[in-house]
Parts: sequence; structure tokens; C-alpha cells
Amino acid sequence: MALKFPSDEWIKELGQLLNASASYERSAKNWEGNFIFVCEPDETYDSAAYLFLGLYHGKSTGAAMLESEDEREAQFVIRATFSAWRQVIEGKLDPIQGMMMRKLKLKGDMKMILRYVAAAKEIVSCCALIPTDFGS
Amino acid sequence: MWYFVSPQIVFGAGALDAIDGLKGRRALVVTDGPLVELGLVDRVKAHLDKAGIEMHVFDGVEPDPSVRTVRRGAEVALDVGPDWIVGLGGGSAMDAAKAIWVLYERPDIDPAAINPFDDLGLRQKARLITIPTTSGTGAEVTWAIVLTDTEEQRKMGLGNRENVADMAIVDPVMAAGMPPQLTADTGLDALTHAVEGYTCTWHTDLSDGLCVRAARLVFENLPRAVADGSNMAARERMHNAATCAGLGFGNAMAAIAHSMGHVLGSVFHVPHGRAVGLCLPYTIEFAARTAPERFAELASVLGISQAGGEAGARALAARVRDLSREIGDPTCVTEMGIAREAYEARLEKLVDDAFNDTQVVAAARMPSFEEMERLFVCAYDGDPADF
Repeated sequence: MALKFPSDEWIKELGQLLNASASYERSAKNWEGNFIFVCEPDETYDSAAYLFLGLYHGKSTGAAMLESEDEREAQFVIRATFSAWRQVIEGKLDPIQGMMMRKLKLKGDMKMILRYVAAAKEIVSCCALIPTDFGS
Repeated sequence: MWYFVSPQIVFGAGALDAIDGLKGRRALVVTDGPLVELGLVDRVKAHLDKAGIEMHVFDGVEPDPSVRTVRRGAEVALDVGPDWIVGLGGGSAMDAAKAIWVLYERPDIDPAAINPFDDLGLRQKARLITIPTTSGTGAEVTWAIVLTDTEEQRKMGLGNRENVADMAIVDPVMAAGMPPQLTADTGLDALTHAVEGYTCTWHTDLSDGLCVRAARLVFENLPRAVADGSNMAARERMHNAATCAGLGFGNAMAAIAHSMGHVLGSVFHVPHGRAVGLCLPYTIEFAARTAPERFAELASVLGISQAGGEAGARALAARVRDLSREIGDPTCVTEMGIAREAYEARLEKLVDDAFNDTQVVAAARMPSFEEMERLFVCAYDGDPADF
């Protein structure tokens, strides 16, 4: 069954897929830092959503949809419109290119991000594995 | 939506004359000691004198420059207060110049965190000129900066579109003194840029033609430039090839040969061009199994093979190896004299670092960890990558 994006179920599924990925575990073996993915409203989605993903040493330590960005502590925040997130999840927008085009805006320690390119790619690969319902 | 970034490019014999018309007060030339001794800095000084620009020199750039080096260079820049930074040399000097310029303009930035996602706000204090003295790196026209983390023996792929040079001066006379081995190594770097720029997933209509032209120029002229360094026609075509390839891959991306080559370079101190050129055919063969189309297309356009598909891609890999042999470069790691025990002892680091190198993001076929390890083993033994 397809999971609605954004939703608590969707981000929890991503956490589970990451925990099952040997490739993610190895590529992110020294990674320390939680993410909040902010889904900003646009013409196809009318409210903001906040998805928390806890990540530590190659494993997801927790995942949840939040009420607000301040609800949990995160070292990295990525903002994008609903449409941009949809493009990333559907594999139509490379997230690195998306950030270079400023369609995705990343806040956090860039030095850290640049050291874990493969881990970032693996997260996106796992996103693409989730059967996703983007609504009508 | 995508971008095509380029400096103003002055190229061909006599291109250095472009300096004569510059406006400014002070220039900081970022280079290395040997280029000072070879008199290449004096050549630039003569032109800066004509422009009435006072020249200062930071000649502390080492091969594979470190973060520490660019911090030292930035201190010199802050002391001198130039309105022009001039990167003079191979990729190391030009990359260092870019980073020094960024730190001069933005002392608040950690050089290891220079990234393409933020706005830097450069050009408040100075502008950048790049003058290549080798024919391969393409750094004169790219925004990429490769610095080395000396503690972790790791190369870092950094850069921001803003830090592309304002002017690139591509004058073949500046590369005329390269010895054959350096000519060969840097020429293979240009070829690797051309092939990876054409075949990576970020290639565009605007970058494709530059990559094809660059690859053709390298195949036709590199053996001549290596065999006879006084052949200025071949030198000039190779100098142009390197810049074309730089524009091509710099506006697309590199790929796994660069990821592997960066690691070989940082761990075993293999010159960059030799390392990426050695890895290139193995990565082509790896892609040939599941994503051969662009490689086969390039082989066809270059007149190497009309077989198409996997056979076409493998023909391209074979042609690259033939070129390496012709110019005396190694085709496997054993030929570089690296002991098997030492290689195997560092294999896990090679794989991990290659996997997290920024150049992997646009590979035509992304390897798993196990496949990356097999690629390194093939590259060591000289066995074709057939998986």
C-alpha cells in the first residue's frame, strides 16, 4: 500500500529501510547528526510539514512527523517545496543538483555533508523504494 | 534548469598579452617554487609591469595542496591586499588560488566547507585570473577546488560556481617546458575529464560537444606532444583540449575514475592525471555492463567503434589503454610499483573514501561497496572489469 507523503508513516518507513541497508550502514558509519526535512507549501500542497530523521553511525535512531521545526533537535535542516520533494522522491531531481539550483536549501555543517556523499545518495535511493502517495 | 559557467577565455599563442590591459594596483600570484625557478612567474611579471600592477608572489603551493597551505596563502593575501589573484601553474596552484581567493574575500569560511550550495559573495575585494602551465587539469575554467586533508590522507572535492575565474589565459607557451611524463599524465587527465563529462548523468547539450572535441584532440595530439615536446602545434591543441574538457566536465560532472583516482593519489601519492587515467578504462568497463549507451556513443563519434552497446563501450576502454601504453603511462597499479601488501592493507580505506568522494554522485553506474572493491582489485592486477 502506498504511503502518503508527507506523513509519520512515510518517514518511519524511510528509517526502517535505512536500517535494513548494509550500504547505508557502511557509507554512514561515522555519521552523527539528525535531519529535519521541511516540506514547504506550494500550489499543490497547502501547509508546511516537518519530518524528523534521527541518524547515528549508520543507523536511523528514530523517525517521526513533527508539529513544528523546533520540536526536536536536528543538526541539519533541508527545506524544499512539496513539488521539489516529490521530484526527488520520484527520482526526477538529483538532490545534489537540486541544492545547487537552490530548489533544496540545506542548513547545517557543510563540511560534514561533503564527507558523506554516498550516504546522502543512499538515503535518496531508499526514498525511491517507498511506494508513495502524493495525493491528487 | 541548469547552469553553464565559464571565465572569459583568452587562448592561443600570445594570450598572455591580455594581462597588459588589466586595470588594478596589486596582484598576488599563487604558484609553486619550481615555476618561479623556471622563469614562468617572471613572464607574468613582465606583463603585469606593462599594466602598472605591482606583483606579489605566494609560491608555497605543494602538489595536492592542503588546507593549511591555503590558509597561509590567504594570510599573505590579507596582508598584501591584492585586487587580482593570479593562479599560475597546474591544478594544484590554480585550485589553491581559488581557495585563497575565497578565504581572502570570506575569512569566516572554513576552506573544507566551501560548497556549491551557499552564496559566497565574492568579487568584493579581488578578481581571479588562471594561467595553466600544464595541459590537463582544466582548473583554469572550472569552479572545482580539490584540497587535501593531510591528517586523513583524503582529497576533498570542494568549490562553488562563484569561484570560477574571471579570466583564463590559455597560452601554450606556458606549457612548452613540460617533460614527457608530465605531458602524458596531464593529458590523460584531460581525456578522463572529457570521457566522464560526456558519460556522467549530469551531462548536457552544452557540455557534450566540448567533451567530444576534447577527447578527439587528446587522442590525436597527446602522443605527438609526448614524443616531441617541441611540437608546438601539438602542444597548443593539447592546451586547448584541456580547457575544452574542463568546460565540458566542469559544467557537467566527473565520475568514478576521479573518485578512485583521488584516493590513489592521496594514499599512494600517485600524480592525479596518471591515477585517473589508469582508473578510467576499468570504470568504463564497469559501466559497460548495464549503462553502455553514452560510452558506445562516444566511441562511435570518435570513430573508435560502431559496435554500439557493451561492445562499443569496451572498445572505448581498450582505446584508452592503448593510448596509455603509447605514451608510456601505466595501465594497472602493479606497473606503478606499489606493493600488493601495502595496497591490500589500505583497500578498505580506498573503497570507503572513493565511495564518499563527491565525484561519485553522477556516475553512469553506481557501484556497491563490493563492486568498488572489485574495481580497485582489477585496477591493481590489470584484469578487465567484467562484472
